[in-house]
Amino acid sequence: MNAAGLTLSQVQYANKAFWRNPASAFFIFAFPLMFLVIFTALLGHGTVRVSPTKVVDTSTYYVAAMASFGVISACYTNIAISVSFQRDTGVLKRINGTPLPSWVFLGARMLHALVVAVLLVAITAAFGRISYSASIPTGLTLLRFLVMLLVGAASFCALGFAITAAIPNADASPAIVNASILPLLFLSGVFIPLSSNAPAWILWIARIFPVWHFARGMQAGFLGTTFHWTDVLITAAWGLGGLLLSVRFFSWEPRT
Amino acid sequence: MAELVQAGKAAIEVRGLTKSYGVVYAVRGIDLTVERGQIFALLGPNGAGKTTTVEILEGYRSCDGGTVNVLGYDPAQQRQPLKSRIGIVLQSSGMDRYLTVSETIAMYAGFYPRPRPVDEVIELVGLEGKRDTRVLKLSGGQQRRLDVAIALAGNPDLLFLDEPTTGFDPSARHEAWEVIKNLAMLGKTVLLTTHYMDEAQYLADQVAVISNGRIVAEGPPATIGNRERARARIRYRLADTATPPADLTAQRGPDGLIELAPADLTAALHRLTGWALDQHVELAGLEVIRPTLEDVYLELTESPAAGAAASMEPATAAAGHRKGQRRS
Repeated sequence: MNAAGLTLSQVQYANKAFWRNPASAFFIFAFPLMFLVIFTALLGHGTVRVSPTKVVDTSTYYVAAMASFGVISACYTNIAISVSFQRDTGVLKRINGTPLPSWVFLGARMLHALVVAVLLVAITAAFGRISYSASIPTGLTLLRFLVMLLVGAASFCALGFAITAAIPNADASPAIVNASILPLLFLSGVFIPLSSNAPAWILWIARIFPVWHFARGMQAGFLGTTFHWTDVLITAAWGLGGLLLSVRFFSWEPRT
Repeated sequence: MAELVQAGKAAIEVRGLTKSYGVVYAVRGIDLTVERGQIFALLGPNGAGKTTTVEILEGYRSCDGGTVNVLGYDPAQQRQPLKSRIGIVLQSSGMDRYLTVSETIAMYAGFYPRPRPVDEVIELVGLEGKRDTRVLKLSGGQQRRLDVAIALAGNPDLLFLDEPTTGFDPSARHEAWEVIKNLAMLGKTVLLTTHYMDEAQYLADQVAVISNGRIVAEGPPATIGNRERARARIRYRLADTATPPADLTAQRGPDGLIELAPADLTAALHRLTGWALDQHVELAGLEVIRPTLEDVYLELTESPAAGAAASMEPATAAAGHRKGQRRS
């Protein structure tokens, strides 16, 4: 079988294994929708100022934010936790002893996460459209939105592979992964909108890390705000950094 | 030229292999030759250097010194072509728990250029009844058989089995042994590590005993450590009043048994039983004891003076260990 065929068949096996663990699959899909409902219910029918001239409904804001959150959890969180589990149980070491090229295995994991991420965004958007009459990107906006979505998903996958190098064992992985991503989700306005009078240090942290850029790019699709290609570039740069770190530090064997 | 000839002959050739982790020497100069079609057992206690040696041969680890040739490849430099021709059963390694037995085997088979048909592999390891069962529903013994099945999926010429039965109950071990015996009938070369003497004895054509990172003995299980030449012992019990010929008796042990290791077993046994018949005395519990592989193994792997122990008079050393082992 050629590399493309092997990759596709690996994606299929990863997909089978993913759906046969319903508890895990359910939460990956349920979390963003659950947060969407909770945040919208809590914050009521308020509005969020997303640019000096534009104000949107809270519910619409959270459709975009939770779509970003869904992509980050399907790619970064899910990959980091499941790959470090596979590493600790010796699945990776076994794979590493076969002729399957490493990049095919990791590429297939990434492709599968991408498929899950796209599906999640579609479900969140449909849910937002039906429940909260959120707008859905069309035309050129849709194209730019898809670019941001795919670049972001791939970058967060690469960062997910990279963080496994900092995870000593599978027991510690949920804690480390959450500790690395939850504060950023708050500091980047995904859970709580960053108002214009947010402390400067929060805004600075948001600008450094990829979550804010990715979420802003996704917002542009849903909310019709200005699309910045720099958001795509900065997210991609983080992804590239993650990829380089993975190439250097990724371990196929348990670290203990 | 000489190298080419060697590469064609043996499946594995290792010369002067060394490996250390920091200041700790794991392997201190190992020479090994595994012929094609052989089941070769690397026997040794935990921490002797078995897994390190095998993982160097598999290409997982680099060595510090020495030369390694596996099926004509250097595992450190030519790992990718080597991978297509070997099958690896690691000491412990997971698999996707949500795939079924046949899906798992088919997935791994897909990685190899000339895989063996999945149904054939399932039959070889005796998992016919479990082909559509998910991995997480398999027992420990069945998972180990699936390990072997995965290693066989690519139809390799050479199989590495690292402690294939550690942690098994006796019936699961015997099942695993039958599977491994079947591999030899397929003409596969098998390198197996174990710390079970009976496993090496039952499965292997050739055994190397490894201790403290060195090979301390090598040979077929029947003759390793001069086992075939080691003196057998005669043991019997006798009433206090009877006096056998002086050269056929010895100090009674704490259990009242007389034990001796005669130079000529047949003659000694003949004279002893002849004497007993003439005198109308009974030789209660009479037995002839051959040194087992376990005796040889314990003698050889006894640290720190493993080398010195090997040169000891075999019967004496073996008898000493046997008492220590069984009667304490």
